[in-house]
This record gives sequence, structure tokens and C-alpha cells, in this order.
Amino acid sequence: MRAAPPESGSGPGTRSTRALVLQALVALALAALAYAAFATASEKLARQGITAGFGFLARAAGFDISQRLIPYAAATSTYLDAFLVGLLNTLLVSGLAIGLATLIGFAVGIARLSPNWLARTLAATYVEILRNLPLLLQLLVWYVAVRVALPEAQHPAAWGGAYLSQRGLILPRPDFQGAAWLVPVAFVAGLVGASIRARRAKRRIETGAEPGPVVGPALALVLGLPALAWIGLALAGHPVPVAWPSPGPFGPEGGLGVLPEFAALLLGLSTYTAAFIAEIVRAGLASVARGQGEAAAALGLSRAKTLRLVTIPQAMRVIVPPLTSQYLNITKNSSLAVLIGYPDLVHVFMGTVLNQTNQAVEVVAITMAVYLTLSLGLAALMNASNRRAAPMTR
Amino acid sequence: MTIVRETLLPPAPPPRRAAGPVGWLRDNLFSGAGNTVTTLVILAGLALLLPPVFRFLVTDAVWRGDSGEVCRPEVAGHPVGACWAFIGAKINYLVYGSYPAAERWRPNLFFGLVALGTAWMLWLDAPRRGLGAVFVFLVGPLLSYGLLSGTPILGLAPIATSLWGGILVTLVVSLVGIVASLPLGILLALGRRSDLPVLRYACIGFIEFWRGVPLITVLFMANVMLPLFLPGDLTVDRLVRPLVGIALFASAYMAEVVRGGLQAIPEGQGRAALALGLTRWQAMRLVILPQALKVVVPGIVNTLIGLFKDTTLVSIVGIADFIRVLEAARADPRWSAPTIPATAYAFAALFYLAFCFAMARYAAFIERRLAAGERGRA
Repeated sequence: MRAAPPESGSGPGTRSTRALVLQALVALALAALAYAAFATASEKLARQGITAGFGFLARAAGFDISQRLIPYAAATSTYLDAFLVGLLNTLLVSGLAIGLATLIGFAVGIARLSPNWLARTLAATYVEILRNLPLLLQLLVWYVAVRVALPEAQHPAAWGGAYLSQRGLILPRPDFQGAAWLVPVAFVAGLVGASIRARRAKRRIETGAEPGPVVGPALALVLGLPALAWIGLALAGHPVPVAWPSPGPFGPEGGLGVLPEFAALLLGLSTYTAAFIAEIVRAGLASVARGQGEAAAALGLSRAKTLRLVTIPQAMRVIVPPLTSQYLNITKNSSLAVLIGYPDLVHVFMGTVLNQTNQAVEVVAITMAVYLTLSLGLAALMNASNRRAAPMTR
Repeated sequence: MTIVRETLLPPAPPPRRAAGPVGWLRDNLFSGAGNTVTTLVILAGLALLLPPVFRFLVTDAVWRGDSGEVCRPEVAGHPVGACWAFIGAKINYLVYGSYPAAERWRPNLFFGLVALGTAWMLWLDAPRRGLGAVFVFLVGPLLSYGLLSGTPILGLAPIATSLWGGILVTLVVSLVGIVASLPLGILLALGRRSDLPVLRYACIGFIEFWRGVPLITVLFMANVMLPLFLPGDLTVDRLVRPLVGIALFASAYMAEVVRGGLQAIPEGQGRAALALGLTRWQAMRLVILPQALKVVVPGIVNTLIGLFKDTTLVSIVGIADFIRVLEAARADPRWSAPTIPATAYAFAALFYLAFCFAMARYAAFIERRLAAGERGRA
């Protein structure tokens, strides 16, 4: 229902005139407000000697960033480069957290409906505690309290080439230059092969044929092909060069470093959002009619198979829309990185760049535009895939 | 060939016990091999995890002392868990921030007002709830403002907001968010369902904008851009800036909750109200909104839980809320001991858990009550 059913007694003419006048007034008031804000802001900026516009993006940044996925150097890179580094860092941590939170969330959500009382209670406790504590506090706990418990950088814990200390996790770094590029190519080929197989299995199910195993071969393709390439290269005399970290006097040197800030943010974001995802999964599973699970059991499917083949696919229709908004929440909440010093978009751009350039309006506008684009884009994507899934409803 | 049994079958064993504690244990913990393994693994995990937590919080904790020395293992003579003496020494700072000690009765009175308003609103059968709403949304905020920041006419000395801190500020920020976002959210929800395209799109744009950006960017924006937009040399109080941001941000989320309630009310309700001769405004105020708001009370409470947790973000823009004073207290060199950070966070966790868990239980209670009402009607 629209909030306003047509008023009895008043002709269409009077009502639409009044509506037009009211709308014109609203539009005028909004425009006046925007103009006043714009005028004051530009007058104040002029007085502070700040030139409006996006020209500052081409200026040299002159500050360093602790984690970068693209080449970046304080001396030569511009503010635009800094923006891109921050954006990629945000996308990296959000993407990984989305995957991890989904895994934990599904596990906990399924455990909440387990026949085992202990598993049920434990899962419920997990949800109640993590959901009811501010994410910011949880990040502090991961970053400060957990890190204090780790060994100092001078005496790191070591497992086969990897080092863990208060300075973060240092892993061996394979170098995919030269002939070694075969390994990533094999990985991509594995991904493509697995997805082709999955598609074919789906088509076979639709035509009523036996789909055959999917998960096992997919894993074999995605993990096995790169492993084969790795071993093959080693046998052919071109082993993949690996930079092994070595214990130095001040901590491990070389290798691929995982920043403690990154690890804390990733773990905090995933475990926190997993509590919400668990509730979504539980509600979704509960929405599937009981008879479905009972029928599957009667057909002789195990509990795991029932979940994987019968209950979860049907629950997904209920789960996906709220799950999408949780994914958006992860992306937005990753901005809490600024608290613990992980160089994400907000930290780099709204923090350092804003402080250095004082281009407040432009920096705020760009940052918000990025998040709005991500939010509205993902929402549109999910709406489209929802529409595609809808005809499946019987 | 004939199939004739010549001997009696041995009697089948009695069905296993399904009732009583043994039956319960068997059904819930040991019904099959996988289940038993799960149970044993979880029990082993708990046996590893719980005793250290209990030792940290209770048996190894240090309860009394006036400096960090007492919480050092070499001084205490045993492994030290939580240093509750630290919380005890800092409790006034954690609750009031730097609010002058002689004036602390004012925040205390404010806490009393908050308790009164909360009880009035949450207790559904309380007398004069209409009056309670006026108190919570109009009288209470004005009284609190006069009380906390000072009213020279009444002899209350002004106290700069830079001195406020701790739980006091956390409460102030949450309450401003709640008190501002509910009416604003209702207006936005009505606007979003309006027939007038300009009004509708303005509301949709407003709501989707705030819902699409992270709160921390809103707070940064309020901090740097609010002063730019205000005419003349008008400055905005450091505490007011994030309050404006939080109020706008929360109202967008509240609007979506209220919209859900409006959509749940059957169309016939509004038509019937009009047929009875009520005006559109009366129909909205007396028939549709009361029902819609009743349906969404759980949703509103859940939004408030989110808001309460989100207030911690103001600490990033320099407001001395509970988290920030906790971090400041933790940095005190007189209280440097290995377990101080863990103690501080354990205390904060208990604080937030108590509030949020209570609110969540309340929302669940209302939900059950509403469901019972629905069943009664059907």
C-alpha cells in the first residue's frame, strides 16, 4: 500500500495541484540547502587558500605504505597511486574475509542445528558472544591482546620455513618469474577445468543423467595441476625459485610477510561477521520443510549428504539476500582498519592524504563514492542473480 | 521347501530408554559414533580452554592494590591473571572521564533519568506511556543537556564537553543516536512510501546514501566537512560533530526497519480508517503507525544494539568514549603490567556483552509476545 490512498471528496485536480506545489517546495528547499552549503564551503576554502578540484591527485605523495599490491614508492608515486594501493588493500582484506566468514558462518550455522547438544550450545554461545561485542573491541583484542601472547620478533616460532612472531607471519615467497610462470597458469587452467566440469554436471542433473563426482576432481584440478607444474619444472632443471626467510638478529628477514595488522583485521572481521552469517544460515535451513530432510533420510542419504544435496540448496534462496548484505558489511567494516593501522582505503586516503592535502571535500567525496559504488554494484549484481534463480522456484 | 520355525526366537531387548537423564544423554550426546566423537572432541577442547580462562578471571586475578606493581608475577609471587585492581583504581575515570569530581552527581542524576526513561519505554504495560514518550524524546534530552553541560541560571557551572568521557559519553552518543534516529527514521520511511516522486526519490537517495557508506567515513566527514558547510565563523563542538553523523547514519537504518513495518500493515486498515472519516494524517497517526511500530519493535531494538556497538567508532575521531578512556587508562605507566591489556578488554567485553545481550533478550521477548498475539487472533 502506498502511504497515501486518494483523499475522499477532493477532485483529482486540487489534489494533483497541491502535490505539485509540495514537491516543488521540497525540491526548492533541497536545492537552496545544497547551494548554501556549496557557497559557504567554497568561500571558506578560498579563504584557506585551498584550490578545489582533483589536481592534487597527480602530486607526489611522499609517504610510505606498509603493504602494497602494486609498485609504490614514497618518492615517485602520486596521491592517485596511494589511493589505488589503499583501494586494493581494502578489496584484498574484504575478499579474503568474505571467504573465511562464509566458511565459519556456515559451519557454525549448521552446528546450531546439530543433533549434538554440546555442538549446538557451543555454536549458540559463539554467536551470542561475538554478535554482542563491538567489532572495534574485537579488533583491539586480536591486535593487542593476541599479539602480546605471540613470541617476540627476535625469537620467532618456526615451522618449516615459516616464522610467526609479534612482527607477523613470514612465509617463503615463491618467485614466478621466468619459466616458473607455468605454475600460476596451471592454477588458472585448473580453475577453468573445474568450472567446466561443474557446469557439465549441472546440465547432466537437469537432463536426469548421473552427474558423477564434482568436488573431488575439482580439488584435484585446482591443486593438482599447479603441483604437477611445480614438480615438472623441478625435474626439468628449472625449479621455482623460493625466497626462504632467514632468522636475523632483529627478526626474520626476507620472504613474504603477512602484516599483523592484516591478520588481526582479517580474523576479527571474519569471526565477527561469521556470527551473523551463522544466524542467517540457521534461519535458512530452518525454513526448508522438515519433510525434505526426512525424505532424504528415507532415501538413505547420510546427514552430510542430506545437508549438501537437499537442505542447503533449497535454503540458499532464503540465505543469499541477507548474506549479500553481510558481504557488504564486511567491505564497509574493513574501514575499521584505520584503528589498528592496516593501510586500507580509509586509512591511506581519508587519513594520510586528507591530512597532507587538506582537500577535505574531494577526498571525502572520492572515498564515499568508492564505497557507494561497491555497495550499489554488489546489490545490483545480487538482485540480477536472484532474478535468475527465481524461476527455479516451484 | 517349507519355511516353518520350530524354535522360539529369543526375546528382543527392551527399547532403549528415551526418557530421563540417561535417555537425554544418549539422544543428545552419544547417538551414534560420529556424535560420540564430536562430543568427546568438544569436551576435550573445553577441558583445555575453560580452566585457564577461569584461572585468568578469578583464581589468579589480583583484586586489590594501588599500582601496577601488585599485578607483576614477580611481586605477586604467583602467575597473575586479570588485574581487577586496575579497573578498581580507574573506575571513576572509566565512568565519567575527566568530568570534575565535585560535579559527578550530575552524570549520576543523568544515569537515573536514563534508567527512568528506559524502564518507562521498555515496560509495555507501564502507566502513561504517552507521557513517557514525551519524556524520552523531548523533556529528557533537554533536562540532560542542561544538567550535563551546565545551566548558569540555575547555578550549574558550565562544563566543557572535552572533559566528558567514558561510559558517560558512550551513553550520550547512543542516546542521541536513538532519540534522533527514531523520529527521523519514521519521517524518512513515510517519505519513501509517499506518492510524490520528488519527495520519494529524495528520501530513497538519502537512505541509500547513508546505508552505502561505512560509519567511519561518515564520522570523518562530519569532523572535517561540517565546519566547512556552516556559515560565518560558527564552529561546531567536537562532540556534536560525530553526534550529527551518527544521528543521520542511524536514521537511514531506522527508516528501513520502519518501512518493513509499514509494509506489513494490510491496505484495508488505511482504507477503513478513511471510510470512518479520518483524514489521511489521522489515519497514519492513529491507525497505521501504531500498528506498524508495534510490529517492528524487535527490529528497532536490534538496530539499537548495532547503534550501541557502533558508538565505539567515535573513539577513532578523538572522542573520549568508553573505549578511548580505556586505552588511555591502559597506557598509564603507573599501571604497566603484562596482563593490563587483557584485563581492560575483558572488562569492556563484559560491559558491552551485558548491555547488548540484555537488549537482544528483550527483543526476543517482544517477538515471542507478538507471535503469541498473532496466534491468539488467528
